[in-house]
Amino acid sequence: MARIVAGVGVSHVPAIGVAMDTHITDQPYWQPVFRGFEFSRKWMAEVKPDVCFVVYNDHCTAFDASCIPTFALGAAAEFHPADEGFGPRPVPVVKNHSKLASHIAQSLILDEFDMTIMNEMEVDHGLTVPLSVMYGDKTPEDDWGTLVVPLAVNVVQYPAPTGNRCYNLGKAIRRAIESYPEDLRVVIFGTGGLSHQLQYKRAGLINAKWDNEFLDRLTSDPVGLSKMPHVEYLREGGSEGVEMVMWHVMRGALEDDVVQVHRHYHVPASNTAVGHIILENKSFYDERNALAAE
Amino acid sequence: MKKDYEDIPGTLVFDADRSREGYHLNQFCISLRLQKNRDAFNAGEEAYLDRFPMTPEQREAVLKRDWNLLLELGGNIYYTSKLAANDGINFQNLAGLMTGMGVEAYRAMMLAGGRSIEGNRFKTEWENK
Repeated sequence: MARIVAGVGVSHVPAIGVAMDTHITDQPYWQPVFRGFEFSRKWMAEVKPDVCFVVYNDHCTAFDASCIPTFALGAAAEFHPADEGFGPRPVPVVKNHSKLASHIAQSLILDEFDMTIMNEMEVDHGLTVPLSVMYGDKTPEDDWGTLVVPLAVNVVQYPAPTGNRCYNLGKAIRRAIESYPEDLRVVIFGTGGLSHQLQYKRAGLINAKWDNEFLDRLTSDPVGLSKMPHVEYLREGGSEGVEMVMWHVMRGALEDDVVQVHRHYHVPASNTAVGHIILENKSFYDERNALAAE
Repeated sequence: MKKDYEDIPGTLVFDADRSREGYHLNQFCISLRLQKNRDAFNAGEEAYLDRFPMTPEQREAVLKRDWNLLLELGGNIYYTSKLAANDGINFQNLAGLMTGMGVEAYRAMMLAGGRSIEGNRFKTEWENK
């Protein structure tokens, strides 16, 4: 049986991808950003997920204003990094477990979450930057070291889906994955955020206290957190902070009891507060500890 | 529909109304994602803009690179940033221009932890300044 073992929350700031692609991560500006992912790369190498289910948002790349699906599940065999205006990022093609993705799509729709299904899709920094920070430097000739099922969520045009909807979608994703017969270890990613505002006269807003409360409540009060109204993200976390609804999908897909095994917060990366968290399902955490004790 | 987000200062939430108003403007901007379109635009801005039935005000704001007005007329930052990128302006420098702070002061603010939320939650807080 396929099984979700852990969740990763991580920002997708495009400048982080540029810093990796241009090999300037050891500069003083970037060092404190990347230090927070040293643990994470070791953790990924230990946990070795067969599949990462990545909840992310497209930035008008696959979906311009002509078509705005709230939830779009990638079912294609592979997804090429898109040209966002500077040429495609020099990173591997993203390979799907498309049989699993098809199963998830079917299961979700019968579970009353009406997905758009993408059989052709390019992916932008919203998907590839989270993979880069977690897997480290990769060239286009490499492979990522995991299969990836992408789920694109509209957070560009208001309203994004509610936090509650996202949380419950996470639960349905867990039901879908855990009804798939192949033995697969799955890690789910919630991406984007944390506080940032890229536009107009209030650009540059950062709210570290609010961000850290959000990270705290992912463990201690996920249901209450998922009820947060959109206006609070917009006001307290900045107009682009509403991306954080995607983290609720990740949290909803985990067990009620989770253990935070890693956390990282840094301001700034370009205009944005970088947030990162790894939550292990309590059952998985206990198994790992029991194995380590042997 | 009640818009409970309209009282946030210095912020234009890109909702369905703004998306409708800005459609052709945004589709123009996103076309600049591709090099062949950037080449065509840079070879003749007016002629290239003729392909997109935007309003005269939107067209003028594009030609003048009035970044805040573009947003006020229905532009969205992920789209207008493609026009900025065409001009060699990255996200952070674009923010420096939109805030009126200038690029250097904006960058310094971000390095110092960003714009505080205190005094920046409600329009009334800006009006009373």
